[in-house]
Amino acid sequence: MNTTATLGTDNMAMAAVKKPTEGTDVSPFELAAEHATVGSFEVENAKMSIKNVNVYYGDKQAIFDVSVDIGKNEVIAMIGPSGCGKSTFLRALNRMNDTVDGCRVEGDIRMDGQDLYSPKLDVVELRARVGMVFQKPNPFPKSIYDNVAYGPKIHGLADTRVDLDEIVERSLRRASLWDEVKDRLYQAGTGLSGGQQQRLCIARAIAVSPEVILMDEPCSALDPIATARIEELIEELSQNFTIAIVTHSMQQAARVSQRTAYFHLGQLIEVNPTEQVFTMPEHALTESYITGRFG
Amino acid sequence: MSNSSKNLKKIQDSLVWRYRAEKAFRWCGIVAVTLGLLAVLALFLDIIFKGKGAFSATYMQLEVTYDQELLEIDNFADQKQLIVADWGALYKSALRAEFPDVRKRADKRKLYALVSNGAGYDLRERLLANPRLLGQSESVWLLADDDIDTYFKGWLDGDPYTARLVDNQVEWLQQLITTQRMELRFNANFFNRGDSREPEQAGIRGAMIGSMLTLVLTLILSFPIGIAAAIYLEEFAPKNRWTEFIEVNINNLAAVPSIIFGLLGLAIFINFFHIPRSIPVIGGLVLAVMTLPTIIITSRAAITSVPPSIREAALGMGASRNQMVLHHVLPLALPGMLTGAIIGMARALGETAPLLMIGMVAFIADIPGGFTDPATVLPVQIFLWADSPERAFIEKTSAAIMVLLSFLILMNISAVWLRKRLERRW
Amino acid sequence: MQASNVFFLLMGLATLGFYLGRGRSLALAKDLRGIRDLHSLPNYYGYYTALWCGLPALLLLCIWVVADGSVLTGVVMESLPSAELPSDSVEYTLLANKISNLSIGVLPSAGQPDFLLDAAQQLRYLTQLSSWIMAVAVLALAMVGLIWGRAAVSANFRARQRVEKVVQYALFACACLAIFTTLGIVLSVLFESLQFFKSVPVADFVLGLDWSPQTAIRADQVGSSGSFGAVPLFAGTLLVSVVAMFIAVPIGLMSAIYLAEYANRSVRAYAKPALEILAGIPTVVYGFFAALTVAPYIRDVGEGWGLSVSSESALAAGAVMGVMIIPFISSLADDVISAVPQAMRDGSLAMGATHSETIRRVVIPAALPGIVAGIMLAVSRAIGETMIVVMASGMAANLTFNPLDSVTTVTVQIVTLLTGDQEFDSPKTLAAFALGLMLFIVTLILNIVALQVVKRFREQYE
Repeated sequence: MNTTATLGTDNMAMAAVKKPTEGTDVSPFELAAEHATVGSFEVENAKMSIKNVNVYYGDKQAIFDVSVDIGKNEVIAMIGPSGCGKSTFLRALNRMNDTVDGCRVEGDIRMDGQDLYSPKLDVVELRARVGMVFQKPNPFPKSIYDNVAYGPKIHGLADTRVDLDEIVERSLRRASLWDEVKDRLYQAGTGLSGGQQQRLCIARAIAVSPEVILMDEPCSALDPIATARIEELIEELSQNFTIAIVTHSMQQAARVSQRTAYFHLGQLIEVNPTEQVFTMPEHALTESYITGRFG
Repeated sequence: MSNSSKNLKKIQDSLVWRYRAEKAFRWCGIVAVTLGLLAVLALFLDIIFKGKGAFSATYMQLEVTYDQELLEIDNFADQKQLIVADWGALYKSALRAEFPDVRKRADKRKLYALVSNGAGYDLRERLLANPRLLGQSESVWLLADDDIDTYFKGWLDGDPYTARLVDNQVEWLQQLITTQRMELRFNANFFNRGDSREPEQAGIRGAMIGSMLTLVLTLILSFPIGIAAAIYLEEFAPKNRWTEFIEVNINNLAAVPSIIFGLLGLAIFINFFHIPRSIPVIGGLVLAVMTLPTIIITSRAAITSVPPSIREAALGMGASRNQMVLHHVLPLALPGMLTGAIIGMARALGETAPLLMIGMVAFIADIPGGFTDPATVLPVQIFLWADSPERAFIEKTSAAIMVLLSFLILMNISAVWLRKRLERRW
Repeated sequence: MQASNVFFLLMGLATLGFYLGRGRSLALAKDLRGIRDLHSLPNYYGYYTALWCGLPALLLLCIWVVADGSVLTGVVMESLPSAELPSDSVEYTLLANKISNLSIGVLPSAGQPDFLLDAAQQLRYLTQLSSWIMAVAVLALAMVGLIWGRAAVSANFRARQRVEKVVQYALFACACLAIFTTLGIVLSVLFESLQFFKSVPVADFVLGLDWSPQTAIRADQVGSSGSFGAVPLFAGTLLVSVVAMFIAVPIGLMSAIYLAEYANRSVRAYAKPALEILAGIPTVVYGFFAALTVAPYIRDVGEGWGLSVSSESALAAGAVMGVMIIPFISSLADDVISAVPQAMRDGSLAMGATHSETIRRVVIPAALPGIVAGIMLAVSRAIGETMIVVMASGMAANLTFNPLDSVTTVTVQIVTLLTGDQEFDSPKTLAAFALGLMLFIVTLILNIVALQVVKRFREQYE
């Protein structure tokens, strides 16, 4: 991963960057007037590459000129104070923002070189390739089996019942839920505990074998033990999937991710290898945040 | 990943028919909405098309002589003379003078049938207003009979209705039409008179007054009680079985068929309390009982929408619960309650079935003067007219429906306006 | 003196009581350090006195007005010569009515037997006497109450609590009216039905296949002819309701789905209220529309296809009833569909489901209990609907399931049986109450179940 600042002119980018050593009196309440992301936001084997993305809700701009790559099979964590646009950004990656009235996305988002916002692109296909797990577990009011089988069924992935059974079992195993639910596959998914429900949602997402999984604060509604299990799961899944995870917890970002992106008031401030972000942040705002000055 | 690309292939293959299903589903929705809207349109157009004619009535111009001998009147102060006088003879003689060739008895009867048999009373009014006309003659526009009215309106539209007319009558009419002595005029009778067996003389004033009296009573009874019940349930009721029972009762009553309330009125109010039938009092009572649950439910919704912080603020100032409700909750909830009351009244105004049970279907020609005069109401009047065999009543019925609907629309608009105007957003 | 005059006098006294009570408290306050030394505000002492003055007297007035007539009639009837006193209760009531009509002059006295005229005279005298006694008693009670209430006023007297207690009891009484209404309905239909079932066995009524009450009013076969078999009415009601549901459920449901899920804001802003106009149109208008426009149209179309269609076909009544119910179903369905959390939709959409797949496979199943409950409420409304069927369907009780035939319904028969000029106790009128009982029971069950389901559904997503 090489570090290049390609946006804007170099000196402008440099002007915006204040080394933490130069002073930490950055106001967290204002947008950086001249802004550019610092850190390693481009990678070599990018699965998704996002360039100059702006997102608007009606007249209000929620995301300002964000550019970042997501590498293949990496786990990238997005952190930042509440309302900084992490979730909005995440939802732009599988066009879930389309469902929000008045939401507009500008810029260039590509997956394997394919423009996700081109009119030719099929949203249904895109979302089958980019799965999503939500903040609150949202199993459908159906049986556990039907929850997992939902994706394969609507996409016609299983030709026979046996195939479907196999997909369901494999997905539940990969979500390390199989042992807990194999005896009650036909009971309602809503009857599971919160952590189990969230793993069910993960199983549901991976049942269609997506290439990328987006996770929007998947543990924020869970207790610490359930959170630990999900975190383990994320690590296992990262061998096969590219994962972008939004989290409110810096510890979680530190535990599960290889790279971390710090968002602030809709701007992407810094992207760097996780270790570096938490030990030697490049940007003053990042440092303020991880040291708990606000957030 | 080969697995993944195989899946992708399958997904891409499924897309064609999935999008087709999507489109079909969407179209089903559009068709459903369109059908619903078409039903609204068809209903309104049908009523307007059928009823627009009723706002005008056919009049024919005749030379009427106020013949003293014919009337046998010499003294206007003598009420008896005025009552006994054969006022109908005036227009009959005018008709005879107009068509002197008509000789046979049967033909004469047909001739007289051209003019409404209420025309004699119109002439009386004219004469009483201007006694000097006695012995004089003047050219008067007289109200035509309903069959003639139907014929003339049809004649104007190019498809005259002759089923109840004989050839002679058509001939006479043609004569009047060619000399331009028939025309349509605004039908003031429709708004000024009570019911009548004769379609051309029937009006909706009686029913309108009856509806008004009934509704006033309904409102007086149901609104305060409804608000009181809602306040009790929202602000004072303890959470116990009895309260729950009351709530279940109210919710169920709101869904009980309206005709059952008619049975209640018949058995309890009429047979047990001996309240007379057919009067606005009984109608108002039954409709009040019927609308009470609706008013309670909407009032409760209005009370719940007042945020608890207001209550806490009032109680925190040391107000008693009663004072809190009276000074803070009630004023804030009142617009919502009023909206609910208007909607409840609109429902009561359109209600027919329970009123049939309590004798408000009687034929009542007089315009009611008070709460204890026999009366009917607009929807029941519509029902009665719709049942009448005369073709001319179809027009009247539709026109009465138009009047009823305009009242309802007015009430609903005012409810919406009230809500927009007075309701606070928290 | 008339009861209304007494009432107005009483109100006047109560107002006076208010000012007296208030005045006394103010006078007390003057001797102390002002109003703040009183327990309650002066107005509350006023209300307290007014309540003592008005409430007991008002109660007495009400009881008097209700009981007055029957007590006096009883007294007069007692005094009649025993030879003239009929033993039959119906005759007795008739005679009593006659006397009271004579006494108020509705019935001309010419040609009536002397004992009746005497009785009427006596009744008139008693009525006048009673009204004067009432006036005196009520006003005296009011005065006593006033004095009592005013006497209770003292600086430490907790007037506010007392007044508020009374207000709360009044509110409670208003809330209880709902229960009395239900009770009234149940009692009125139940008692008359029980009387009916004395002459016609329940089984014959519920299971009988022949309905022809017209023949049963002939004197020689009163109520016992077995022609009160209600099955054709139930079948007719069912047929019309089924037709209505076939129209209302698909259209109502699909338009709710379209408006909630697909339509953009401006379409929804106009289409939704436009559809809801249908709910505000009085049923008598639908009846007119069904009888004069839809039924002839259906008959003409049917005859064009060589079908024989009755001019009062169940299809016409049912179709128009369906149109009436569309907004009912669509607004209930709209409610429950909007209550399904957005997270559910997001979950499905994020899997790559199309919009319609999301609706059919996730939203509808999640909203199903609510939708089913809505349909149940709609069915209950359909079977209780009166005017459309009264105006557009027939009187003949045909046992048929052909929607092109004419059928009659429970509500039609209730109206026909009760709008004629019958004695109230004839089996014909009683049969109407028995039908009313059936209608009430069925709709009650549907409503209770549906409301419970809706309640559960709401709780699930709150």
